[in-house]
Amino acid sequence: MTRLTHGDIQAGRLSAVELAGNFADVAPPLDRQQALLAAQRCFYCYDAPCTVACPTGIDIPSFIKRISTDNLKGAATDILSANILGGSCARVCPTEILCEGSCVRNKDDEKPVQIGALQRYATDWIYRDGVQLFTRAASTGQRVAVVGAGPAGLSCAHALARQGVDVVIFEAQAKSGGLNEYGIAAYKVPEFAQAEVSWLLSIGGISVEHGRELGRNLALADLQAQFDAVFLGLGLGSVNALGVPGEHLEGVRNAVDFIAELRQSSDLSRLPVGRRVVVIGGGNTAIDAAIQSRRLGAEEVTLVYRRGAQSMGATVLEQAFARDEGVRLLHWARPVEIQGVDGAVSAIEFAYTVPGPDGRPVDTGERVTLPADSLLKAIGQTFDPISGPALKGGRIAVDTQFRTSIPKVWAGGDCVGGKTDLTVQSVEDGKRAAASIHLLLSRN
Amino acid sequence: MADLSSNFVGIRSPNPFWLASAPPTDKAYNVNRAFEAGWGGVVWKTLGMDPPVVNVSSRYGAVKLNGQRIAGLNNIELITDRPLALNLEEIMEVKRLWPDRAMIVSLMVPCDEASWKYILPMVEDTGADAVELNFGCPHGMSERGMGSAVGQVPEYVEMVARWVKQHSKLPCIVKLTPNITDVRTSARAAFRGGADAVSLINTINSITTVDLDLMAPTPTVDGKGTHGGYCGPAVRPIALNMVAEIARDQQTYRKPISGIGGIGTWRDAAEFMALGCGTVQVCTAAMHYGFRIVDDMIDGLNNWMDSKGYARLDDFVGMAVPNVTDWQFLNMAYDIKARIDQDKCVKCGLCHIACEDTAHQAITKEKDGIRFFEVIDEECVGCNLCMHVCPIDNCITMERVDEGGYRNWTTHPNNPMSTPA
Repeated sequence: MTRLTHGDIQAGRLSAVELAGNFADVAPPLDRQQALLAAQRCFYCYDAPCTVACPTGIDIPSFIKRISTDNLKGAATDILSANILGGSCARVCPTEILCEGSCVRNKDDEKPVQIGALQRYATDWIYRDGVQLFTRAASTGQRVAVVGAGPAGLSCAHALARQGVDVVIFEAQAKSGGLNEYGIAAYKVPEFAQAEVSWLLSIGGISVEHGRELGRNLALADLQAQFDAVFLGLGLGSVNALGVPGEHLEGVRNAVDFIAELRQSSDLSRLPVGRRVVVIGGGNTAIDAAIQSRRLGAEEVTLVYRRGAQSMGATVLEQAFARDEGVRLLHWARPVEIQGVDGAVSAIEFAYTVPGPDGRPVDTGERVTLPADSLLKAIGQTFDPISGPALKGGRIAVDTQFRTSIPKVWAGGDCVGGKTDLTVQSVEDGKRAAASIHLLLSRN
Repeated sequence: MADLSSNFVGIRSPNPFWLASAPPTDKAYNVNRAFEAGWGGVVWKTLGMDPPVVNVSSRYGAVKLNGQRIAGLNNIELITDRPLALNLEEIMEVKRLWPDRAMIVSLMVPCDEASWKYILPMVEDTGADAVELNFGCPHGMSERGMGSAVGQVPEYVEMVARWVKQHSKLPCIVKLTPNITDVRTSARAAFRGGADAVSLINTINSITTVDLDLMAPTPTVDGKGTHGGYCGPAVRPIALNMVAEIARDQQTYRKPISGIGGIGTWRDAAEFMALGCGTVQVCTAAMHYGFRIVDDMIDGLNNWMDSKGYARLDDFVGMAVPNVTDWQFLNMAYDIKARIDQDKCVKCGLCHIACEDTAHQAITKEKDGIRFFEVIDEECVGCNLCMHVCPIDNCITMERVDEGGYRNWTTHPNNPMSTPA
C-alpha cells in the first residue's frame, strides 16, 4: 500500500485473516475445568468486599460457590437477579477497580479471583441456550415508557416487565443495547450485545420502537399523557470539542463515531483507518479508539493526554493494554492547532504542560508537532439538554429514587451522572428507578 | 546423611518405603520399575489358589476435593488374576535381580489349613523374604469367605496366623482390616497366633460417589456398582489412629507394625513411624504420580532426620507413642487463645463467621465501623477453629495464656466418677 504524505486514510491495511484475529474475543471464555480452578481460589469471604464494590451488589462469593458445585443455574440467577446485564458487565466492567480490585487475594502480589471471567462462565450458557430464569407476573395493565434502550433503560424495562408492567422502549438508534452495541471496543463484546438484548426482552411485556428520538419525533409531554410513568435513559448525546483551529479538517472526527462505525461494520477490511493516528483524551473511549486503530492496521497510534497517567479515566490495566498493543502514550500535552494540507489534517501541534499550583496543567512554552492522517477526539461527552426536567451539573437532576423534577418521570444512567459513567452503574440506576416506579404504581 | 536402612522382623530393605500389595506390584514389569526408582521393598499383589479370579472392567472411583484429583480412591479390583505359577516364577526372578530389596508376598487362600500348607512352601521356594496375610480386602473376596471376612473374626486371624507359622519359616505379617469396631482385638489375635508383625490399614468399605444420572454408585459396572475399598490421603487420619491404638495397647505394646493408609510423602511416613511403624507401605500416591515419588520420600526423610539429629530410623520410630493418651488425662489447666496477626489478615471474614455461627462468638467483624477482625479473649475457648479456616498461613496462631499446673478429668469435681486427688 502506497504511503501518502497526508490524508492517508485507507481501508484494507490488513488481511481478512489478520482482522478476524484482531477483533476476536479479547478474553476467551473459561472452560469448565478452568472455571472450577478459578472458583476454588475464592475464599468465600463473609460480607465480601467484592460484593460491596459492585455497584449492582452481585453476591459474588455465592455465585462462585455455585459454580464450584456445577449449579450454574443458581450462579446465573445470583448474577442476573442483581444485574440483568451481568453478561455484558462480565466483559466490559473495569473489574480491576471494582470487584477484582477489592478481592482480598490481592495482598502480597497475589492475583485476585477472576470474577469477571467466572461471571461470564456462569451466564454464557443462558444466552446460548435461551434459558429463561425469570417469570413475568400477570399483566397489571399499567404502562411505562422507557426512553433509550441502553443499559439503564433495558435494566429498568426488565425489572418492570417482571412485575407485570407493560413497557414500551423508545430508541433513537436502529439497534438496542446503547454503548454495548455502539460504544465498546469490538473485541470486548463480539457478537454479544444483541444476543443479550434478545434474551432480556424474551421475558415478554416489553416492546421496542426504534428510530424514536426525544425532541425529534417523540415528545415527553405525550409520553406523560399516554403512560403511567416515564423513565429517561438517554445517555450522552454530544461530544466535547477541542476548541482549537483546524477542527473542521477532513480526518478529524469523534472517537465515539469511529467506534460506532467500526461496531456496525460488516466487513472490517472495507473500514478506512489512518496510517498515523492521534487520539486525544484519557478515558476508555480514547483507549478503545487507539487500540482498535492499531488493530485495523494503523502504523503509528499516539494517545495524547493533557495530564499525567494517574489522572486518566482509563484504568491502569487499560493503559497497559494500550501500550502492549503498540499505542504510544504521551502525557502532559494539550492540542493547540490542527494543521492541514489540501483541507485534510496533516499534523497536530501540542503544547507541553506541567502541573500548576492547583494541579491543573499549565503550558511550559515548549511545543511538539505530531504528523497525523487521522485525529480522533475523545475528551468526554456531554448531555444534550432536553426541555422539561431540571438539570444539575449539565445532566438531569434526580433524587435518591431517581425521580426527576417532573412528577411520574424518572431518569438514570449517564444522563443523570453519578459516581461513575459505567455500564454497571447504569444498570443499577435502572433497577432502582424501576423499584421506585413499581412502588408508585402498586399504590395506584 | 542419616541411615534409612531397615530391618523389620528380619526383613531387610535399604529404606522403609515399600509398595503395598496392590495393582502396582502385580507383576515383574512393574516391580522392576519400582526397584529402579528406588523403592525399598514391595508386597507382591495377593496370590490365591488357581484358577485365578476374574476382574471386572471399571475398577476405580475417586473423590475430588478442591482441585485435588484424588483425595480418596476406591477400588473393586480383586487379588491377582494371573496364574499362581506365573506369579511365583516372576517373584523368584525379581528377587534374584534385586537381592537387597524386600520381597514380601501377600497371600489369600481359603480358610482351611490344607490350602495354607499347600501354598506356603511354594512361596518359600521363590526366595521371598516374608509373607503378608491379606485379611483385609473388603470387596468381592470377602463374599467368598476370605479377606476381611477372616480379618473380622479374631479367632480366625489367630488360627490362620498359627497355621502359617507352623508351615513356614518366613516372617509373617498380618494385614488388618479397618472395617471392625476395635482394631486392637484383631492385632492381639494376630500376635497370639504367632504373627511377627501387623500391617494396617487395609481399605475401608466405601461407595465413592453416586452417579445422579445413572442413579448408581461409582465405579459403575454396566449400571450397577458395589462397595469398594477406600484408600488415599482421605483415610490417613483413620489409619494413624488405628496404628496408635495398637502401638499403645498393653497387650501389643511396641510390637512391629508396618503402616499403610494414604502415605504419599516423607512427612506422612515420618508421622506413621513416630507412632510406631517400622516400615510404611504406599499405593495410591504411586498410582497417582508414578514410582518416582519415592525419590523425595527418601531425600526428604533423610534431610528431616539430619535436621533433627536422628542417625537411624529407630532413633524416632515410636517416639510419639507415649504422647497418645486418653482424653481423661489431658491437662485442663492448659489454656490458649487465638491471635490474629493484623499485618497478615486479608479481612476475608471467615474466622468471624465460623466463630459467630458455629462456635463461641469470640471474633469481632468491625471496629469503629471499619471491617476489622479481633479475638474477644473472654469468649475464646481456644478451640483452633478460626486458625483452621483462615486461608493465610500463620495469620491466626494460638497463644498459651495459662499459668501452668496440671489437672485432669479424673479428679475434676464435675466428674461423678472422680477420685479425690
